[in-house]
Amino acid sequence: MAADGSLAGAALRRGAPNSLQRFARRRSSIAVLMTTPLLVIIIGLVAYPAVYAIYLSMLNRRMTEFVGTLNYEILLESETFWMVAFQSCFFAITAVLLKALIGFWLAHMLHDIPDRGQRKWRGMLLVPWVIPPALSTLGWWWMFDPSYSSINWLLAVISVPEVPWLGHHWWARIAIIMVNVWIGAPFFMIMYLAALKSVPEQLYEAAAIDGATGFQRLRYVTLPMMANIISITVLFSLIVTFANYDIVRVLTNGGPRDLTHVFASYAFQVGILSGNIPRGAAVSLFMLPLLALCAFFVLRGVVRRNKEQM
Amino acid sequence: MADKDLSRRALLGAGATAFAAGTLSAPAVFAQPTTTLRCGFWDHWVPAGNGAIRELCAEWGQQNRVNVQVDFITSVGNQNLLTIAAQAQSRSGHDLLSFPTWEPAAKADLLEPVDDVMGRLIGKYGPVNDAAEYLGKIRGTWRAIPAVSGTQMKPACVRFDLLEQHAGIDIRAMWPAENRRGPGADSWNWDTFLAAAEKCHAAGVPFGMPMGSFTDAVDTTGAILASFGASMMDARGNVTVRGNAKLKTAVEYLVRLSRFLPNDVWAWDDGANNRALISGRSALIFNPPSAWAVAKRDAPQVAEKCWTVPMPAGPEGRFVPYLPYFWGIWAFSRNKGPAKQLLEFLSERSSAEKQTNTSNGYDIPPFSSMSDFAVWATEGPPVGTVYNYPLREHHNARASVAQAPAPAEFAVQAYQQALNTKVVARVNQGGETVDQALAWLERELNTIRRGG
Repeated sequence: MAADGSLAGAALRRGAPNSLQRFARRRSSIAVLMTTPLLVIIIGLVAYPAVYAIYLSMLNRRMTEFVGTLNYEILLESETFWMVAFQSCFFAITAVLLKALIGFWLAHMLHDIPDRGQRKWRGMLLVPWVIPPALSTLGWWWMFDPSYSSINWLLAVISVPEVPWLGHHWWARIAIIMVNVWIGAPFFMIMYLAALKSVPEQLYEAAAIDGATGFQRLRYVTLPMMANIISITVLFSLIVTFANYDIVRVLTNGGPRDLTHVFASYAFQVGILSGNIPRGAAVSLFMLPLLALCAFFVLRGVVRRNKEQM
Repeated sequence: MADKDLSRRALLGAGATAFAAGTLSAPAVFAQPTTTLRCGFWDHWVPAGNGAIRELCAEWGQQNRVNVQVDFITSVGNQNLLTIAAQAQSRSGHDLLSFPTWEPAAKADLLEPVDDVMGRLIGKYGPVNDAAEYLGKIRGTWRAIPAVSGTQMKPACVRFDLLEQHAGIDIRAMWPAENRRGPGADSWNWDTFLAAAEKCHAAGVPFGMPMGSFTDAVDTTGAILASFGASMMDARGNVTVRGNAKLKTAVEYLVRLSRFLPNDVWAWDDGANNRALISGRSALIFNPPSAWAVAKRDAPQVAEKCWTVPMPAGPEGRFVPYLPYFWGIWAFSRNKGPAKQLLEFLSERSSAEKQTNTSNGYDIPPFSSMSDFAVWATEGPPVGTVYNYPLREHHNARASVAQAPAPAEFAVQAYQQALNTKVVARVNQGGETVDQALAWLERELNTIRRGG
């Protein structure tokens, strides 16, 4: 095209670019253009539903009148809501701690296995995580079934008394945590395994030369090198566990006596099943400040450590 | 001549107009229907249940040249409730939907009044039962039509052999498959029931009555409370717990009864009572005929010893748990006229009988005049086992909705939160006194009431 000089001639005729062309060529304009799809998605799928949920939570039951913070005030005065808040925190903290510990231990076990054998074990240990949670919870429910529990059947074989897995609130809480840990521990395992593999071998060699014990190697080499991954994984899991719904719904439906409800299952019961959508929205929004607080501290720690390393 | 010409012209003109009109209207008569009615019906438990609805809709669509598009929405995972909530929020979706028990009241403002349809149906078939009216007629206006498909009652399904063996009660003689009471029917009350529960518990075949937060538990407990004249909230929404002697008596009765139930009933779901019956480990459950129907397939030796009878009576009468479905038309539907016509057609006696027959007697029409369908007398084995499943005059019973007569917007919250079983659990499991549990109940109901 340039051979006949037509374009060059045209360009010369056009002269200096106009303001619209200059705007289009600016890096910031291109950046805005490129991020527009992401912004549309975030506004449409995150910001709008969040703002709408806040708006919903400030309406009366029939959604005909603005009542301000009344739904929140009512919940704060409700005994059931405080039980739900306690159980949500207890469930999330206990389950995440257990998942982190088990995942950390499993990652170390796997890390010590030679590469060829490791793949096989890694695949098998990931199975609980890849099965859809509602299905695997149903499997667990069959094992915990109040009348026909297969676990109790096995316990009876060795003359151990029956356990009311879902009928007594503490056993029911334990059952829910067990299932959540079973499903979630492989996620921690795989994340920690990746982190472990990225720790330079020279650091361990140097520690060995200095005569460090196994615990000292863990305390002064492994943990500091994994700290960011541990923090991010714990935060991510805390958010997911806090908002967990299917395990409680399938296993106990919040019973006995609402003592195993978590925010999500209680919000569903109040909002959808009981037809009080604004109050259900208020229940689910109680998670937001708690999780935001956790995210703030965890991410601040991550940023601080990054700065120290730079 | 002029007159002759004019009349010929007029005649020709009129002929041409008539021919043109006939020709142009012909495609409208013979072409495909231009109206599409979008219907969302409940996905029936009984596999053949959907077939009846599909056939009836096709038949009506053909007769009226309307394209009836039928979707079946499952209640598993509360998918139907989520669909209703989503369509209500977006003001779009199906023209008509199946609404579970409490939804007509919850969505009353978004539903097209159907007083005209109900007026014609009541004129033809007599009144519907009180419970259906309580749930479907909101602030004096029918907002939904009590449906046949999916509507169930939960009377007692008794293992007659076990009850006779361990409690000495011949339930078939008491409630035969005939329109009459047998000897001893007057003594079928909660005192007799308690004594029988104790004996069957001692014999290792306890009554399978769930006491958790699922609907079977809430419905049964609600009917027991109603038969003691006990309610937690009156029709105006006032909490009636404090100083309510009838409520206290009923709760004390339930506490006593719970001691003779399996010790894990607090965790039972809606399938647990079915399993207790089908496995042969229970002498009695409260359920629609589905438990018996599964037993007929999976454990015929159990099914042939089952007999359905009304609930025992209390001091204030006999109440049978009732869990109806409704058919409602969205106010934002563009096809309200055809939707009403279709729903009226589905409620006709012949259509109702087809639905009930296809569901092996599971579906209960809301009109007591339809309790004479042959299917309930002929189903078996044993033949007549579900004869007493629908309310019959000689039962002297009424349909019960747990938490009635409270206004539906409060009742649904108390119902879904299973306050009536939790108050018993707080005594039996939580170690509280009845008074402490009732004080908790009062606080919970006040929380529900607040915020309108």
